[in-house]
Amino acid sequence: MVFEPKIVGFLCNWCSYAGADLAGTSRMTYAPNVRPIRVMCSGRVDPTFVIKAFLEGADGVLVAGCHPPSDCHYQEGNLKTMRRIPLLKKMLKQMGIEEGRLRLEWVSASEGAKWARVVNEFTEQVRTLGPLNWKVPQPKGGKH
Amino acid sequence: MEKYKLAFYWASSCGGCEVAVLDIHENILKVIEIADILFWPVALDFKYKDVEAMKDNHIDVCFFNGAIRMSEQEHLAHLLRKKSKIMVAFGACACHGSIPGLANFFYRDEVMNRAYLETPSTVNPENILPQEVTKVKEGEITIPEFYDTVHTLGQTVKVDYFVPGCPPVPDQIMTLVEALIKKELPPEGSVIAGDKTLCDTCERLREEKIVPQFKRLVEVIPNNEKCFLEEGIICCGPATRSGCGNRCINANQPCRGCFGPAPEIHDQGAKLLSAIASISSINEEERVGEFVNSIPDPAGYFYRFTLPYSMLKRKLIREEKK
Repeated sequence: MVFEPKIVGFLCNWCSYAGADLAGTSRMTYAPNVRPIRVMCSGRVDPTFVIKAFLEGADGVLVAGCHPPSDCHYQEGNLKTMRRIPLLKKMLKQMGIEEGRLRLEWVSASEGAKWARVVNEFTEQVRTLGPLNWKVPQPKGGKH
Repeated sequence: MEKYKLAFYWASSCGGCEVAVLDIHENILKVIEIADILFWPVALDFKYKDVEAMKDNHIDVCFFNGAIRMSEQEHLAHLLRKKSKIMVAFGACACHGSIPGLANFFYRDEVMNRAYLETPSTVNPENILPQEVTKVKEGEITIPEFYDTVHTLGQTVKVDYFVPGCPPVPDQIMTLVEALIKKELPPEGSVIAGDKTLCDTCERLREEKIVPQFKRLVEVIPNNEKCFLEEGIICCGPATRSGCGNRCINANQPCRGCFGPAPEIHDQGAKLLSAIASISSINEEERVGEFVNSIPDPAGYFYRFTLPYSMLKRKLIREEKK
């Protein structure tokens, strides 16, 4: 059986969610693996959210926001994300989570086709990496 | 008044917390007035079987420092929990895993190989590693099991009060002692420390937090007045609990985060990463690499004192070999 990765997508309200909506209303067909979550700004995506997604069974996380430098509805939220996600990738790699499981993309409200392409590409990339299957270690129980 | 019965124990720790108890100076006399010490392996000769012989809840307060790294420590945590009315996680290791918890970046065999085979100062031509069970002609001798993962005390047994810090400061210890004297104990699960972030209590000069370049502490001499972050020195203040009396800051050193996450923060490392990335002045996509490269070890720096307590808790667990 082909492995179907679970991917959590954080999409900013103003650009990327509208872009994904456009892909839908334009009836584009693309991989169904992303579970989109609408956030007001990609800058609202706390690294804690990404970690929680991995912890609770996601195989990949996609963060999408407005194009830098100046498309952000809040002026510089996307710039913070632009610095945060690469550093988070580096940190997660130290924890054993491959950099390829986290992706940052800029998708504007007019880029429905780009959204579909990004989702397809990322789904295949995570499929190649295989399941993450994060397990939280538990104490043994002191039977000694 | 009947005296309180106290116990102290050290698990995976450096011993600093034991010394921190003495940092309360002559106040130790107040403690002696109200309490007897029933168990304190670092200072007095007791045996585990003495503890085993006690009735349940015989000890009033147990101050437990150190993380849980080996089966012996886990056993003592369970034993002392059973024998104590109040269990206090004393110090950063018991509360959050702290420095011994950094071993969670590695696997058990890596730790063993490093310690017993690879270090340049080790001579071990027969590649002997510690074995849990060794057969000798008199029978079997055993040593405790060394676990793959370091846990906090709170993950192992129920803890009533948390006293963070590496080591805790006299103020925290006295808060607890005074509470015992007055018999006015804080609500169960309380953290005996501040309830703000360290930044909130810091008096250094803050203008505008925009940092062109992050530097390592070895590369700069910090200015005595200005916010460390504004100088490009990573300070863990934005995500760290206050209550330490800003000792490092006052000694012109940035906060290293030993009081653990501030209230409402789930994951100190993730929050620090977020804060540090927000204040960089690099706004061009092609220069983001410079920013990332200026922080050589984000996980080690941001989780220095809290890796076992963090959301991920350790490096990815390897699949069992079939």
